[in-house]
Amino acid sequence: MPAADPEVQTMNYEISLLTTMAIAVMFALSLNLITGFCGQISLGHATFQGVGAYTAAMLGKAGLPFLATLPMAMVLAGLLGVVVGLASLRVRADFLAITTMGVGFLFVGIVRQQEFLGGELGISSIPDHGLGRVGFMALALVMCIGVAALSMYIKRSWMGRVFNGIAEDEDTMRVLGIDVPRYKLAAFAMGTALAGMSGAFYTYHLNFIGAESFGFVESITVLSMVVFGGIGSVPGVIIAAALLSVLPAWFQVIGDYKLLVYGGLLFLMMRFSPNGMAGLAQHVASTKWFPTGGRS
Amino acid sequence: MLAIELIAQGLIQGSIYALVALGLTLVYGLLRILHVAHAALFTLGGYVGVMVCNASGNLAVGFFCAALVSGVGGVVMFRLAYQPLLSQPPYVALIASIGLFIASEEAFRIIFGAQGMSFTNPSLEQQFVLGGGLQFKLAELLVMLSTATIIGVLAWLQSRTRVGIACQATVSDPQMAQSFGISLRQVRDINFFVGSALAGFAGVWVALLNNLVEPTMGSVPSYKALAIIVLGGLGSVPGTLAAALLLGVIEAFGTIYLGDILDRNAIAFAFLIAVLMVRPQGLFARS
Repeated sequence: MPAADPEVQTMNYEISLLTTMAIAVMFALSLNLITGFCGQISLGHATFQGVGAYTAAMLGKAGLPFLATLPMAMVLAGLLGVVVGLASLRVRADFLAITTMGVGFLFVGIVRQQEFLGGELGISSIPDHGLGRVGFMALALVMCIGVAALSMYIKRSWMGRVFNGIAEDEDTMRVLGIDVPRYKLAAFAMGTALAGMSGAFYTYHLNFIGAESFGFVESITVLSMVVFGGIGSVPGVIIAAALLSVLPAWFQVIGDYKLLVYGGLLFLMMRFSPNGMAGLAQHVASTKWFPTGGRS
Repeated sequence: MLAIELIAQGLIQGSIYALVALGLTLVYGLLRILHVAHAALFTLGGYVGVMVCNASGNLAVGFFCAALVSGVGGVVMFRLAYQPLLSQPPYVALIASIGLFIASEEAFRIIFGAQGMSFTNPSLEQQFVLGGGLQFKLAELLVMLSTATIIGVLAWLQSRTRVGIACQATVSDPQMAQSFGISLRQVRDINFFVGSALAGFAGVWVALLNNLVEPTMGSVPSYKALAIIVLGGLGSVPGTLAAALLLGVIEAFGTIYLGDILDRNAIAFAFLIAVLMVRPQGLFARS
């Protein structure tokens, strides 16, 4: 039993932090697929994490093991994602942003009124995942790396190029004969399914979920991670999500001002570096820090 | 009878929505920015109204100061936050605006405290009985009345005065307007001032109706107002007005008949999504 190991006991805090981080990175990368790669702004991404989390919680309480709830969480979140993706074929840009925001409010509003989903109280005492703290963390990290690798792969693939084209100029892609709806739906299906996966991890990590944990603020938080890292940049998003998810835990002072800092950073980043940390890094790299005579 | 009462309640709520959403529409029509932080000016107006009214004992002074402070706040926000972002893709300004809103909501909490503020002598509480057993608070009647007046005056200003016509011209074709000697900067400032002043004004009304201002009072109107201007067909002033009143009434009915399945916000957004799936350009879009 790894939990009984005294070495592991003292590391509990770090293990928990690392798991939180892995879940946040997974979640942010899943949004990066939709918003970063494919250019479809979503203001309701926490909904899909919520669907995954609730699926895992319900199935887990019904007796299914954690590893079996994981794919189910992905499937259900992905299915809802395709439905919302269908909406993205109908409405664009600002309209889509507001529609996805509406989906988020709808999710919270529905879940809060359903007795069998725990209503206002949420679902607590979710069964143990049976992997041990270290094992759970390891699995989260592996999945997180997997999502990152998948993101990198997609970005370089033909599909990634089409995504980029849709983000840049949807109409031109249509003229080029690209089946834009299919690619948009693919982005939504993948992104939301991965969000569902992060939701299942979330459920088993915290042992408690409530509708408010997947509300508008969370949708904005994950969007801020993507924007902060640099929309579309995989390493940027990983670093931003890792940093922003553990900052409140490291600096207890910030804990109370968490939203003020989030909001302020989000605004300042957009105002001064709309391409996020990735853009900032590029800018720094291309700046000549030391005047050099001629070519160097 | 219940139906008439619900319609009346819906129209009162809808008037507030209209005041907040009109400013948003003005901004959207002009700059194509979804100005979420607009609701921060609404909250600001509420706080200023309550504080000034408590200090001076005069409600009218409170209203005036709230509109003035919010209006100036709106212009400052435009100059500092939006003007430098106009050349960026629209989501940049949207996300910046969300950031600004979240930060200011927290700033209100930190500065004024989480528990909120109330009027020391709440006014306009008198009950009115209209024919047919309808009962209103004086404040509720005045909300509808003042909203109608303000919107009427604005419509008149827009179509009859030089400044109003300049605004209209800028919305329909900024470059052409500029080449006719209209200062874009002035028009934008005026729009932000008027829109934000309306939000501040609405903030005081909400403070009066609930006798409470709190840091989070802007969050529901901010998202709801976005839904309204989308419903109204982004940038259309009459559409926004109709959508605001319609949404108020639908919410009033929805909370009675659908309250067990959906909460108030969910009803508003369910309606929004349903409309957008049928009419992606909004209910009253200019084609």
